[in-house]
Amino acid sequence: MNDIDLTAADALLGTDTARFRHDYLEVRGLRVEFDGFVAVRDVDLTVTQGDLRFLIGPNGAGKTTLIDAVTGLVRATGSAAFGGTELLGRTTHRIARAGVGRTFQTASVFEELTVLQNLDIAAGARRRPLSLLRRRADPPAAVDQALETIGLTALRDTPAGVLAHGQKQWLEIGMLLVQDAHLLLLDEPVAGMTQAEREETGQLLRRIGSQRVVVVVEHDMEFLRSFADSVTVMHQGQVLAEGTVNEVQNDPAVVEVYLGADAASSDATTTGSAEPVATEGDHS
Amino acid sequence: MTVLSALARPGRTRTLAAYGLAAALLLLAPTVLSPFRLDLLAKFLCLAMVAVGIGLAWGRGGLLTLGQGVYFGLGGYLMAMHLKLADAGPGGVPDFMLLYGTGQVPGWWEPLRSPIAAILLILLVPAALAAALGWAVFTRRVRGAYFAILSQALAAAFTILLIGQQQTTGGTNGLNGFRAFFGYDLADPANRLMLYFIAAAVLLGMVAVAHQLATSRFGELLVAVRDQEDRGRFLGYDPALVKVVAYVVAAVMAAIGGALFVPIVGIISPADVGVVPSIGFLIGVAIGGRATLLGPVLGSIAVSWAQTSISEQFPSGWIYFQGALFILVVAFLPGGLASVAGVARRRRTAERSRA
Amino acid sequence: MDIIAQLFAGLSLGSVLLLAALGLSLTFGQMGVINMAHGEFMMAGAYTAFVVQGVVGDAGVSLLLALPLGFVVGGLLGLLLEATLIHRMYRRPLDTLLVTWGVALVLQQVARDVFGAPNVDVRAPAWLSGAVEIGGLALPRTRLFILALAAVCVVALALALRATPLGRRIRAVVQNRDLAEASGISSRTTDRVTFFIGSGLAGIAGVALTLLGSIGPTLGTNYIVDAFLVVVAGGIGQVKGTVIAATALGLMQAFFEYSTTASVAKVLVFVAVVAFLQLRPQGLVSVRTRSLA
Repeated sequence: MNDIDLTAADALLGTDTARFRHDYLEVRGLRVEFDGFVAVRDVDLTVTQGDLRFLIGPNGAGKTTLIDAVTGLVRATGSAAFGGTELLGRTTHRIARAGVGRTFQTASVFEELTVLQNLDIAAGARRRPLSLLRRRADPPAAVDQALETIGLTALRDTPAGVLAHGQKQWLEIGMLLVQDAHLLLLDEPVAGMTQAEREETGQLLRRIGSQRVVVVVEHDMEFLRSFADSVTVMHQGQVLAEGTVNEVQNDPAVVEVYLGADAASSDATTTGSAEPVATEGDHS
Repeated sequence: MTVLSALARPGRTRTLAAYGLAAALLLLAPTVLSPFRLDLLAKFLCLAMVAVGIGLAWGRGGLLTLGQGVYFGLGGYLMAMHLKLADAGPGGVPDFMLLYGTGQVPGWWEPLRSPIAAILLILLVPAALAAALGWAVFTRRVRGAYFAILSQALAAAFTILLIGQQQTTGGTNGLNGFRAFFGYDLADPANRLMLYFIAAAVLLGMVAVAHQLATSRFGELLVAVRDQEDRGRFLGYDPALVKVVAYVVAAVMAAIGGALFVPIVGIISPADVGVVPSIGFLIGVAIGGRATLLGPVLGSIAVSWAQTSISEQFPSGWIYFQGALFILVVAFLPGGLASVAGVARRRRTAERSRA
Repeated sequence: MDIIAQLFAGLSLGSVLLLAALGLSLTFGQMGVINMAHGEFMMAGAYTAFVVQGVVGDAGVSLLLALPLGFVVGGLLGLLLEATLIHRMYRRPLDTLLVTWGVALVLQQVARDVFGAPNVDVRAPAWLSGAVEIGGLALPRTRLFILALAAVCVVALALALRATPLGRRIRAVVQNRDLAEASGISSRTTDRVTFFIGSGLAGIAGVALTLLGSIGPTLGTNYIVDAFLVVVAGGIGQVKGTVIAATALGLMQAFFEYSTTASVAKVLVFVAVVAFLQLRPQGLVSVRTRSLA
């Protein structure tokens, strides 16, 4: 009923990306340690615009921790730069202002606020403090475009808390778009979605990926095969392999660690996000 | 109930109507109340100012502040110090200092001789303290429960400090016996009426400010940060800053309430500002509806009125009553009475649409 | 010599704080319940000692009887509170604070109506009167007794949490409520038992306080704020943090008091705790769990 609108997405994303065309995420020698336990070690990763990158790996491989490190949620050593700006060592909200946006495994939206208010807040981090004291008159154009893009125009005055699961995840992606994030880190964006929703989300991600730098953490292998431009496989906190879907699937090292975990990962696919909480991204 | 149900609904006309009704009632009150009752109402209005701030910080921002008595007290004591010095005349020494102290005015009292400095300090000192504590707590992502406990500990420390410094703060007796308020004789009924109108106008002004803040983008952001702090952070906002602003506004409102309380009631003492009265401010807010606009004000006034009338007849009854209110309202009616009105209204509209 | 006197004063104060905070570290630290009536459970323990002495007469016998009885009285009050109100509100910790504050007000007024508003005295037994002389320093026996009592309570609690099946269950529920339930541990029963023990410890603390001076209906409010400060500084989830924090706060209070005044010392201790939380926002010792992130 409410569908993703790719035309609106194009309007929102714009085609003039001159300012960001050469921007890319560059991670070098990243290392995250929790009380002596090394969750991520020696990770090098380069993702450019137009390359929809999927990040996969068994539970506890360090995928979410990697995103946490890049977004300032956990302390890390090494380097992670976007658009020439070093991200490590900055506070989370400053990293966000540098153009980095992320989603969480469970959609995190402002449940008591309406869809429109959610997007309006996402669009406003660069507003001047005093303008915050005024009532919102008309929402910015980007907010309208985002509403169209994620198919929630009709529900703009609905509290986000009552949205369906898939709609919340779309709203979260919409918030990243109006936030004007140029690096999008998406943690299991299609978990719990229906097949049709996955298809639409995939199309949207491809569209975004052509104009932005996008990294997707995902367990769903079918989704990955349909939409990934390239894949990075993590295992025990390290990068195990990197390449196209085909290259990675035929990589002997990946086959070795992944075949054992294959059952578990397809299991996670069918049940949505069935990942146990104990192992990965253990930050407090 | 009609006023309450009007409050339970957002919507500009209703808000405006409720606001206008409240203003009219405040304007007419002097014609029906005896001077004694009017003084009481003026006192209740001062306490309600604290409630407006709590409604913003707690109701919207989720910051359970158990130490608003500190800011109320800072405003009150600073005003009281100024009034004592003004009563003593230029270069004079307040009476209680001659009694308990060294007979000399301590250096940190001196700036308060100037009325302008006194007013500025009443606004700035509480704001600075709230900003410092808020910044220390919120930037380090200390848990909400910890903030509540720390704000309460601040109230405890503040009271103990006041009691300990009898020579300069009046100790447990506090400061009292003021004769004039910025040159106006406090015994003159006309001036007391003026004080009432000042309190009413200031309270209405605060409600307007709170309304503007709550419906502005800042208000939306405050709710957003309360419910999903990390999401706010990942959108590029600094949640600590948002919370500090709300906390400072609440502190300043409490301080103004305290400053006006002093000339109206004629005394400020540790008993008005400690741990117990600090939590006491919350119950009115909870009853009226912590997240509504006029709910905190009405709840606070109703509780103050109940306290006065119950204590007059059954001295120990009030404590049971207050305890029961805390238990029943917070446990079983977290939205306050406004939510009851809201539910009733929704039920009525539902029935009407069915018919 | 002064230093040692201050040291003793600090340790003694620390032991009182520890007794008051130990139960809280269970109910707040391990269950996340902010129980403002904890101080009134202490008050109930103190009045238990008063009543027992009225019945028994002999100060020594009554003290030894009052300690277990105070535990039971505090514990039963806690159990009642948990069963009637708190268990409905585990997901609303801040509201629990206000509700238990209401309970505290009611309990205080009950004490006022039953025992009268003025303070009452409980006689200390003869074998606790006077002081022990160590190196020219007079250490009051009552203070030494409370130090020992605090130590016994800490050891007993630590052992109970570590070595008994009940303790293991408590720790399991604290660390992961859902998982514990999935493995067949009834978190309802565990919650109740935890609350009983935590509140019982408040009762014991109240009995101990009768040795230090007269007691009144507001006895609890005098200690509750400091006790919460101890738990906040000590961190959540382990007895160790509470012990260290109580001792540290006691010592700080004593030494600040020595160089300034009691009231200024109070403010300095508060500032120190806030400053300490800048370094360790989760307190001294904290169990890393995802749920608390």
